[in-house]
Amino acid sequence: MIRLSTIERVFLVGDEEVHALRGVNLGINAGEYLSIMGPSGSGKSSLLNILGLLDRPNSGRYELDGRDVTGLGDDELARVRREKIGFVFQFFHLVPRLTAEQNIELPMVLAGIDPAERRQRLNKLLAEYGLEDRARHRPDQLSGGQCQRVAIARAMSMQPRIILADEPTGNLDRNTGQEVMALLEKLHADGGTLVVVTHDNELGSRAKRRIRIVDGQIVGDDSGT
Amino acid sequence: MRLADFIRFALLSLSAQRLRTSLTSLGIAVGIAAVILLTSIGEGLHQFVVDEFTQFGTNLISVAPGRTMTHGGSLGAINTSRPISIDDAIALRRAPYVQVTDPMIQGNADVEYNSRSRRITLYGVGHDFLQAMRLSVAVGEFLPPDDPRTARAFVVLGTKVAQELFGGENPLGARIRIGGERYRVIGIMAPKGQILGFDLDDTVFIPVGRALEMFNRDSLMEIHVTYDPTAPLAEVVAGIKHVLTARHGREDFTVTPQQEMLAVFGTVLNAITFAVGTIGAISLLVGGVGILTILTIAVSERTGEIGLLRAIGATRRRILLLFLGEAALLAAIGGMAGLTLGWSIAALIKLFLPALPVHTPWSFAIAAELSAIAVGLIAGVMPARRAAMLDPLEALRSE
Repeated sequence: MIRLSTIERVFLVGDEEVHALRGVNLGINAGEYLSIMGPSGSGKSSLLNILGLLDRPNSGRYELDGRDVTGLGDDELARVRREKIGFVFQFFHLVPRLTAEQNIELPMVLAGIDPAERRQRLNKLLAEYGLEDRARHRPDQLSGGQCQRVAIARAMSMQPRIILADEPTGNLDRNTGQEVMALLEKLHADGGTLVVVTHDNELGSRAKRRIRIVDGQIVGDDSGT
Repeated sequence: MRLADFIRFALLSLSAQRLRTSLTSLGIAVGIAAVILLTSIGEGLHQFVVDEFTQFGTNLISVAPGRTMTHGGSLGAINTSRPISIDDAIALRRAPYVQVTDPMIQGNADVEYNSRSRRITLYGVGHDFLQAMRLSVAVGEFLPPDDPRTARAFVVLGTKVAQELFGGENPLGARIRIGGERYRVIGIMAPKGQILGFDLDDTVFIPVGRALEMFNRDSLMEIHVTYDPTAPLAEVVAGIKHVLTARHGREDFTVTPQQEMLAVFGTVLNAITFAVGTIGAISLLVGGVGILTILTIAVSERTGEIGLLRAIGATRRRILLLFLGEAALLAAIGGMAGLTLGWSIAALIKLFLPALPVHTPWSFAIAAELSAIAVGLIAGVMPARRAAMLDPLEALRSE
């Protein structure tokens, strides 16, 4: 499903070149659950951004569903993100003036899906994530766990096949974090491809396949239990 | 994205910042109100002037001595080598399409009755003056169709003169002295009021031949000519010029059709309306700067949101349109408020200052609203472009 070949990502920090990713090769099959772990500054977020088409590699090749997406234009990338990828962020990234359901609906609104269809999906998502009685609350009236549930529901509203989660529990307490991970893992159990980026070993070890990245290079790819 | 969703999104953004939204649109509102009010007054003035002139009819042509455009001229000082005479006026009746011609001279004179006297503006006119100027007599009759050169000494009084000289007495048949000569009162004009500063009620009308003698002049000030309204104006003017040129040997007179004068007034008044409208537009510009400022702030405040929208599939174009939409909506709200404000003030002016002509055509209101939206869009371009050009990744990180 995903195939990265010799991905290089170089940032210019002042006059200095920083190699965030060096020759990364990675294949991910549909329905896999993998974690990307590494110390901060190791390049794990850069890798996730490339996977999520939010960033482009300096060189290398990225195939998504058999299609080379390395050279796609800005608008085309936006379209692919909309159709195929759901993001879950550490800081939730909810729009503060919109209610929970409006936030969940946002990707469908942008995609121009008709209101009846939206309503149907929305009701299903609200029920699934236990947000029915919070539907008309704004993010500042929600707890952290509820916010992240709204964010996951939003990521799922376009029914993507890939979910990319960047430190999804980083801003939550332990118990809430467990709940959120359970929800994400349920998505995987239902057949979705789940990629979780974390620096937390315990969290990372829940994944079936664990990628370890140091200094922009993949140093471990462990699929054992 | 569906249009309804697009508008709802913009409305939600604006209503999330109520105070900011109302203050920013207030800037536009003040501008639009100023534009509407000033152009309304300009347009009202336009209509007022046009009405003043067209009450004499629009098929009126004035023939005055002198080659240049000296319409009106200064009273009592007619400097022309070639006079225009009563015979010219009579001859002009033969010009094609002409209905009536009426010679006129104007001057100041003392009128006396018993021991009362009054200094007024006097008009020396012919029998057809009434018809040419669309005036009417209230009591008695107007000057009879005598030969203008040997007309009898009759006078028709304006209502104010009749009131001042005679009080409650019936003036008909009475003899009054004008410039030392005796005239018999045969009629009183219907009240007319002031027209462009001339009080037509505070005047008397005597036969033009006698007025010329009284003022010791050879030349008329003006000949009024009316023509068949369906006739082509150019031919009427050409006919008049032909007749008079034949009599004078050259074109030493000026023919001014009322319609031409109206067109000139129209041009001047439109220029005034445009000028005051421009003054209003300056405040609209200030309102535009307000939108620019507030939107620039909004873009930096909402950088994270822009990053998120890009991440979940919004194209650059979509972001651009969203912010432009907000700017246009903000301006449209301000424009509506401005129209209401401008209209209310115009209504108040009408109520308390009925003398000041105010008129707001619908087309002005629509044009004002459209220009408000245009100002909003123009003001929105820069911040919206900035928002659209943000790198999604960096925008996401900003929060």
